[in-house]
Amino acid sequence: MTPLLSVQGITKRYGAHIGCADVSFDLYPGEVMGIVGESGSGKSTLLNCMAGHLVPDAGQVVFDTRTDGSRDTITMSEPERRMLGRTDWAFVHQHARDGLRMGVSAGGNVGERLMAVGERHYGDIRDKATDWLGRVEIDASRVDDRPTTFSGGMQQRLQIARNLVTGPRLVFMDEPTGGLDVSVQARLLDLLRGLVRDMGLSAIIVTHDLAVVRLLADRLMVMKSGRVVEAGLTDQVLDDPQHAYSQLLVSSVLQV
Amino acid sequence: MTEYNFAYLDEQTKRMIRRAILKGLAIPGYQVPFASREMPMPYGWGTGGVQVSAAVLTPRDTFKVIDQGADDTTNAVSIRTFFQRTAGVATTTATSDATVIQTRHRIPEEPLHEGQILVYQVPIPEPLRFLEPRESETRKMHSLEEYGLMHVKLYEDISRHGHIATSYAYPVKVEGRYVMDPSPIPKFDNPKLGDMAAIQLFGAGREQRIYALPPYTQVVSLDFEDHPFEASKADHPCGMCGATDSYLDELIIDDLGGRMFVCSDTDYCEARQAAGHKGKDAA
Repeated sequence: MTPLLSVQGITKRYGAHIGCADVSFDLYPGEVMGIVGESGSGKSTLLNCMAGHLVPDAGQVVFDTRTDGSRDTITMSEPERRMLGRTDWAFVHQHARDGLRMGVSAGGNVGERLMAVGERHYGDIRDKATDWLGRVEIDASRVDDRPTTFSGGMQQRLQIARNLVTGPRLVFMDEPTGGLDVSVQARLLDLLRGLVRDMGLSAIIVTHDLAVVRLLADRLMVMKSGRVVEAGLTDQVLDDPQHAYSQLLVSSVLQV
Repeated sequence: MTEYNFAYLDEQTKRMIRRAILKGLAIPGYQVPFASREMPMPYGWGTGGVQVSAAVLTPRDTFKVIDQGADDTTNAVSIRTFFQRTAGVATTTATSDATVIQTRHRIPEEPLHEGQILVYQVPIPEPLRFLEPRESETRKMHSLEEYGLMHVKLYEDISRHGHIATSYAYPVKVEGRYVMDPSPIPKFDNPKLGDMAAIQLFGAGREQRIYALPPYTQVVSLDFEDHPFEASKADHPCGMCGATDSYLDELIIDDLGGRMFVCSDTDYCEARQAAGHKGKDAA
């Protein structure tokens, strides 16, 4: 089986400071990979390098494209990479405001990716947008409301709908539940889990919340100071952490 | 006439602007940056159009200026006088006699012919600006032909108003490549942009951009398959000349709700009246 995404030796430096160093892993179709670590451990840098938002200093990000097979997305041309970003990839930002157009209605937000890949029939676009709002549990009557009138959890769900409408195969998520209160988090996680399973999505989730990866991720990487210190199956890493930092991380979670 | 160089600007500046115009003509719809000069008028009064006019005027030209179709409004009169004083060119109000026509917000009703130049004053040349504020990003979108966002604007129109409510500065696609803001002309004028015999030049002074449409360029107004583009106008005949095919201004004539519709193109309306056409409000 070819991996959907094969990351090899990704290194990003900010001057003398290391963003992330020599990270390699394979992600197979339908698999969800969690990346955990404390603030400043390089997990967001790594995610942005993989998603094409940052150019790494070294390494390869090989993606199994629909048309041409395996391609290194770092050396491919910018139009091709941006096309991937609109079709096969999706990026869910921590703050919904970064991923949404706040001045555009919910329907327009969801429809943007469709129009970007050439959809030109208003009725079809609107039907698909309404359908997707339903799938992320936003009432269809809100389709013409702007995201500014939505709650934080709704904005985040809208951002997810906007990203998944073109049927991507790989979703990058940067702290998708950050900044939401726990009950909203739980609903969002439940929704994400359902969508990931139903659509057979592969996902890479960056988070510092171990509960999120426990629920969503099949595999886990623990990062510290820009390096991967431990990797393995989620329950294995969380229940039997080997590295001192992983042990600290797991034991730091409050038990209520 | 000795106190000014011909058409106010110095020769080097005019050469610089002509180079930008030529580049614009070579890449229809592409916004060419140029070193816009301070002009003796405020931004928003047509500093871009004036610089383009100054660069293309020759002593043998006949110059016409229209503002919202009219030859006799402040903006039109002041710019016409400006070039009378600084270039000494002949001026006219007759569309067919003019060789260079500077316009604000209208295309003349009378079809233009080969050899004429139509110069538009442009306030905001970037059609994507209100959706994407970053210039670096809009340039990238133009270069990579990523124009999905333009349709988001039209989508918003339909979802809010039930139809495409954008009635001026209606975005167009030029020769299947660049999406262009046609300056705030009413969308009634959009069909005239394409396949026009005259050269069309667009100057944005404050934004420092020039773009152009060479004669007989393909220009298509953007739309949806199920909401096609429609050139709209007020559904009345002209009160003065009775024309039913011209773009109309609505005038409030008293405080009792009285109003009349007249051609916004004054030259077209006067020519029709001189030929004996009469509307219902004509004296």
